Amino acid sequence: MVLVAEPRQVVAPGELLAEGDHVLGDNAYKIGTQIFSACIGILEVDGNRVFVVPLKGGYFPRAGDLVGGRIVDIGLSGWSVDIRAPYEAMLPASETPGPRGPRRRDLSSSFDVGDMVLAEVLDFDRTRDPLLTAKGPGLGKISTGRVVEISAAKIPRLIGRKGSMISMLKNETRCQITVGQNGIVLVWGKSPEDEKIAVEAIYMVEREAHTRGLTDRIREMISKSRIVEQVAGTQTA
Amino acid sequence: MSATPQLPPVAKLEQKTVVDLIAKGKRIDERGLESYRPIEIRVGLIEKANGSAQVHLGKSKVLAGIKVELGTPFPDTPEEGVLTVNAELVPLASPSFELGPPSEAAIELSRVVDRGIRESKAVDLKSLVIQKGKKVQVVYVDVYVLDHDGNLIDAAAMAALAALANSKVAKMEMKGEEVVSKGGHHQLPLNNHPVAVTFAKIDKTIVVDPSLEEEQVMSARLTVTIDKNGHLCAMQKGGLYGFTPDELKKAVNLAVAKAAENRAKIMAAAKG
Amino acid sequence: MNKLPEPKQPEKLIDDKGLRIDGRRLDQLRPLKLEVGLLDKADGSAYIEQGKNKILVAVYGPREAHPKHIAMPERAVIRCRYHMAPFSVDERKSPAPSRREMELSKVIRESLEPVVLTDLYPRTTIDVFIEVLQSDGGSRCAGITAASLALADAGIPMKELVAACAVGKIQGKIALDLSDAEDKYGDADLPVALVPNMGLVTLLQMDGNLTTGEFEQGLSMAMDACKTIHNMQRETLKKKYATVKETVEEREEQEIAA
Repeated sequence: MVLVAEPRQVVAPGELLAEGDHVLGDNAYKIGTQIFSACIGILEVDGNRVFVVPLKGGYFPRAGDLVGGRIVDIGLSGWSVDIRAPYEAMLPASETPGPRGPRRRDLSSSFDVGDMVLAEVLDFDRTRDPLLTAKGPGLGKISTGRVVEISAAKIPRLIGRKGSMISMLKNETRCQITVGQNGIVLVWGKSPEDEKIAVEAIYMVEREAHTRGLTDRIREMISKSRIVEQVAGTQTA
Repeated sequence: MSATPQLPPVAKLEQKTVVDLIAKGKRIDERGLESYRPIEIRVGLIEKANGSAQVHLGKSKVLAGIKVELGTPFPDTPEEGVLTVNAELVPLASPSFELGPPSEAAIELSRVVDRGIRESKAVDLKSLVIQKGKKVQVVYVDVYVLDHDGNLIDAAAMAALAALANSKVAKMEMKGEEVVSKGGHHQLPLNNHPVAVTFAKIDKTIVVDPSLEEEQVMSARLTVTIDKNGHLCAMQKGGLYGFTPDELKKAVNLAVAKAAENRAKIMAAAKG
Repeated sequence: MNKLPEPKQPEKLIDDKGLRIDGRRLDQLRPLKLEVGLLDKADGSAYIEQGKNKILVAVYGPREAHPKHIAMPERAVIRCRYHMAPFSVDERKSPAPSRREMELSKVIRESLEPVVLTDLYPRTTIDVFIEVLQSDGGSRCAGITAASLALADAGIPMKELVAACAVGKIQGKIALDLSDAEDKYGDADLPVALVPNMGLVTLLQMDGNLTTGEFEQGLSMAMDACKTIHNMQRETLKKKYATVKETVEEREEQEIAA
């Protein structure tokens, strides 16, 4: 196989990536023996597999994904949830924690329109809207902490190789951070200042996701911000 | 707003038959790839219209009527009469035509037929002036599709041309401030005879005069309007796919020949 | 009176030196400027200036189809609206959609359909809104060029960017990228949209008078221009992300120097 475009560089839709014997990965398509990019993204090559990591784009639901969503409607048997995907998701009442049977009459006593929920995608295919579940550890209504919305395309970078980026963030900011695959990130810190630094760091990852040395720069940014906060704290004290 | 049209539920098996045959160079009605369906043209059926023509193109049926009325010229062309073309896809013509304001298909049909007539300068607009800047004759070309079995553009363009060729216009003049009839009629002067030729692309094959079944499987459509001198006066690509430059050049050259064939039929019928 | 002077019919469209009213050669494009990702709420956006044309395009989607009955079970529906602002032309145009705008909405949608990978998003719509803020000939082509960028900016998977440009005939000669006056007083107008790596023409219209030879000459000139515009589209898209990279690298260098 001959690589025509440079790996780890930005490629545009229709750009020729490779020719010859290769395996077609995500966000690329084939004409004959040529592979082209199907979106604006970063070219990645893994052995013989050629794929593009999109720099932009919405969230496409996959079963097993952890997602954050906002309740947009209450129906007869459950809730409609906006998970920032091309499809609205369904959270059936049967998939939420709480009393079963006739005692559960009023759905709005569990979740209200406008509430944020942490859920898992149970099922999704081409013929139906995504099905969610809020049963499970850590899932359910979110009432505290801060909600950050970033592009779903940047979530892999936020997590990092083997979780390296997210671990660093949690350690350095001293915050609990839950990452939804759909770009919704939940942050809980011991103090509002810690939460603020964590939120800043998350936005920085989104902006600079495709650059090198990001982990170190963020670590630096966090420690600098901490010094600033400490100074501000002593000045007002 | 234009939206990808819903596909009517067509039997997949019938569609496959059409596609397979075309791949072998044959068509479901046994025509050649470059052949038109039988064309029948009759003129003068609507006495109350200045001119009229009915075209049967295979099973497609289109009726065109011409009305010439008094009107005012457009402000930027005070020395020209007015020509306006309107095509209607009325519900009686097809289960897929709905009642309501003109669909984008109806608007496109109107405008493509109009373009052929206007750009070829078929109707001598200057001859329609009664008083410069104030009073002119307005030629209304109304095309009614009565039965949709494919290739409405060519049928509509034929009907419009035949109807115009069939039209008689009253001789008008100014008497003081009033427009009066000079008495008598003359043929609407036609300086050109534009003819539209439509192609459909099915896989890699290009066919002329697609029937409805062929339109349902085509990936793209091309209309080429040729005037009596063999010049292009209008073109329109339609459909969800596209053409290569070679396909375009080939189609254009074939269109010149087919247009000449059909022009002869139209003008012969118009004399009747 | 606030009225601007009415543009008059030019005496000649091509002067003795072979130059056009705006000083261009017959085969020259008007100055072209492209920008991507300038709107906040849209999923994707782009802006184009081509000569005096100023056109803004926003893309929303893929999103759930509303009303549900327009959805298709196997693919996304593409919806396209080409609309001219009332102040975009010499004589104020009513904001209500005209028949011309409806036809252009259709042919523009059909120029983009072949490249968007609609199979990936069944039962959704991808909405393309083209607003012509100022119009000076060739606006449907400029609209297509910008719409392709906006679709890519929205992250919608597509086979290729579509580039478009019109040619025409003025004073008997084939010319590239007609301005409004050249279209109005010229002999033919031929807008073309091209998908370069597929060699596919996805928009083709013509009005006026051309011999088959002139058509072939015009088509060839238009396709070459489309390829040039396509390179600019790619550059614009990639530049957007390179800019962030450069800023970051610049900052690193400054810190090392400090």
